[in-house]
Amino acid sequence: MSRPVVAASAIEDGKVPFSWKQFLLKYNILIILLLICVVLSIYTNRFLTQENIINITRQVSINGILAIGMTVVILTGGIDLSVGSLVALSGVVTALLLRDQQMAILAVFPISLFVGLIMGSLNGYFVAYCRAAPFVVTLAMMTAARGLTYVISKGRPISPLPADFLFLGKGNLWIVPIPVIIFLLTFLLGYMLLRYFRIGRYLYAVGGNENAAIVSGINAKKVKLFAYAFSGALCGLAAVILTARVSAGLPQAGQSYELDAIAATVIGGTSLAGGRGRLWGTLVGALLLGVVNNGLDLMEITSFYQQIVKGVIILGAVLMDYKRNS
Amino acid sequence: MTDDKRLSPAPSKTAPILEMKGICKRFPGVLALDNVDFRLYPGKVHALMGENGAGKSTLMKVLAGLHTPDEGTITLSGQKIVIDAPRRAMEYGIAMIHQELNPVLEMTIAENLFLGREFIGPARFIDYRKMNREATKLLDYIGVDINPGKYMRELTVSQMQMVEIAKAVSYNANIIIMDEPTSAITTKEVDRLFEIIRLLKSENKCVIYITHKMDEIFAISDEITVFRDGRYIGTYDTDSINELELIRLMVARDLNEMFPEKTCQVGQVRLKVENLSRKGYFENVSFEVKAGEIFGLAGLIGAGRTEVVESIFGVHPPDSGRVLVDGAPIERYNPKSSIKKRMGLVTEDRKLSGLILPMNILDNIALPSLPQLSTAFGLLKVKQTAKVSTSFMESLRIKAPSHQTLVMNLSGGNQQKVILAKWMATEPSVMIFDEPTRGIDVGAKSEIYKLVVDMAARGVAIVMISSEMKEILGMCDRIMVMRQGSAVAIVERSDATQEGLLLHATGMADKSSPELLAPQAQTLKDASQAELGGRT
Repeated sequence: MSRPVVAASAIEDGKVPFSWKQFLLKYNILIILLLICVVLSIYTNRFLTQENIINITRQVSINGILAIGMTVVILTGGIDLSVGSLVALSGVVTALLLRDQQMAILAVFPISLFVGLIMGSLNGYFVAYCRAAPFVVTLAMMTAARGLTYVISKGRPISPLPADFLFLGKGNLWIVPIPVIIFLLTFLLGYMLLRYFRIGRYLYAVGGNENAAIVSGINAKKVKLFAYAFSGALCGLAAVILTARVSAGLPQAGQSYELDAIAATVIGGTSLAGGRGRLWGTLVGALLLGVVNNGLDLMEITSFYQQIVKGVIILGAVLMDYKRNS
Repeated sequence: MTDDKRLSPAPSKTAPILEMKGICKRFPGVLALDNVDFRLYPGKVHALMGENGAGKSTLMKVLAGLHTPDEGTITLSGQKIVIDAPRRAMEYGIAMIHQELNPVLEMTIAENLFLGREFIGPARFIDYRKMNREATKLLDYIGVDINPGKYMRELTVSQMQMVEIAKAVSYNANIIIMDEPTSAITTKEVDRLFEIIRLLKSENKCVIYITHKMDEIFAISDEITVFRDGRYIGTYDTDSINELELIRLMVARDLNEMFPEKTCQVGQVRLKVENLSRKGYFENVSFEVKAGEIFGLAGLIGAGRTEVVESIFGVHPPDSGRVLVDGAPIERYNPKSSIKKRMGLVTEDRKLSGLILPMNILDNIALPSLPQLSTAFGLLKVKQTAKVSTSFMESLRIKAPSHQTLVMNLSGGNQQKVILAKWMATEPSVMIFDEPTRGIDVGAKSEIYKLVVDMAARGVAIVMISSEMKEILGMCDRIMVMRQGSAVAIVERSDATQEGLLLHATGMADKSSPELLAPQAQTLKDASQAELGGRT
């Protein structure tokens, strides 16, 4: 008898009573990540070393950047399958300009981002203005952009690249790898965008209920176009890091990167139906994937098993999310 | 009016084939069916009458297994039954033809007719030859000449309706429910439908017929059951009742104290609509609304009221005509520029187009005002946004743990208040309400009425669509009645009666004697009371 009374008075006070169950449900992925870290620290002696931790963050950063763009797209209720191909395309274009046109090192950022932005905008145009299904549009882009990459590169790796450029993928600032710095800045940008800018509210609104968003005066088409363009631009950013890290523009780079980005987003609790999700979740999701891969490496489990584990984690995360929302 | 139940008890010639007793059905925030009774005799066509939301369709959905009643019993041929799924209803010989058709468009007529009960040949393959043969037989039986191999998407809406009827017949159902079957078919097909109904009758089958069209009721039905506000009013022999009496039974007569006193002065014209048309939806609609005025749009569902306001607000731009706000014509029809012109639209369906359900209260309220609540660079003024939202949450008394609560977790009434808050935050000069109190409880209703009247008092021009006659009469200064996409009348509040509006809305006004529409409602009421009394 007393429980409804508590709830009613809490509503009057404008406070929600604290409950452990709610807390555990809300932070479930973070808690699982921490638990895995504890277990790995105990069972391996190399996990909790500075070198390994930095290694994990470096490995996570590319997928992390892509997952930020993916989260923005999925928030609008869409999906972007072209991510991996756009990384390859931007990377190859940038590498060609570096090798053959002696482009200034810092110009790689605007160039690569621009390539991604244009291709992403194309995705967005077809999704928003032609009302085509995001899955199909970006699937077509995935195939076409990969083909274009092979055409431009003639199917061969683009190398050698200037040593100064390679620093962007391999170098450190003090002990922090440059890719990690770029990742964190991107995260900050994405977080600010979603939380403190009008466009952020609009992204959630369009994904949550497009009709209601339109009636509220939002140009839903523009918002969707923005989401895909943003994701495309982040592909360009990730391409710079990847190209520098492997010292070449590889036409076959980035295969199945889109799936890792989707995995990180979904593990982070973003709803594929759109309108729900937080960028923090995506960050934790990307870290979780990175830590698990690293842990399995350290425990000398072959990559075949790693894929099974990854599948189980994705499924588990989605089931937990389902439970939380029902 | 409770005596009405005994006005004309239908003589019990035989035992009823179906009896529903004490049926209650609650939806979040509303009691859709309140202790409703219903019974059906074999070989009868039984019409259900009542205003929109009176509970007719809900009761039939209970019978068809689409809703499970919270209370009450259903007896079929003397045996108590439970209908917990549409499949079960079919097993009991109950078939329903829905108002909204849902055929599988990419299948043929025959495939649709036998969906889920395909003929299986000896090799476990579907026997298409037999299926088409049986389909032809069925279509012949109801007198429709279409090739059953045609795809559903090639058919007109009325042809689909006929296929749907054939399907109901094919189940060999004893009870066939038709929910507004003539809303989309031509007069010739209506005649055809009536022939089919008579055919079914001659085979001692029952038809439950829901419609708003009076002439059809009197043309085809044997008995009429009337509902009002989710309650059973009474069952009458069709021969023993006339149109006027029926309308009286459908509309509640007491205008209770739900509606706040409206005392504000009416100012200059704020919204002017000139010859607005949208092909296939409405034609040549003109009206104007002044500051402080509440202008009602009455009519039956499908009369084109929602379409008119959606065009005014730019959700679906009109084909021709003009809309002027404060004297300035609208050039670009889209919600964004309408909001800039200080218009607001509370849409008919709050879940479909009113709220962002997975968003919190704060963000929902702020949504249309975000251009004002952010810098030119697009950076949100977080503190100001929170202040605006919380002040409206308080002044509208939205009950929630905090403004971070997701609107999907609120009750219907509170959700509706969030929508009102979000438009009030834009400080509109023209506010359009489309069914503002649909599906919310009585308490929240009267709060919303008060808010609407308060807005009018502050000089807002208000357009209000409602299918509840009470609401229209209780709130509006002037009322425009629409029927089949045209404005048929504009009535002052003082001249308006529920009966008069309903006669306009159903198209009976042309056929009825002119004094029915005249303002002598009081005398009219007395006269017909005497008439009704005389018959009992």
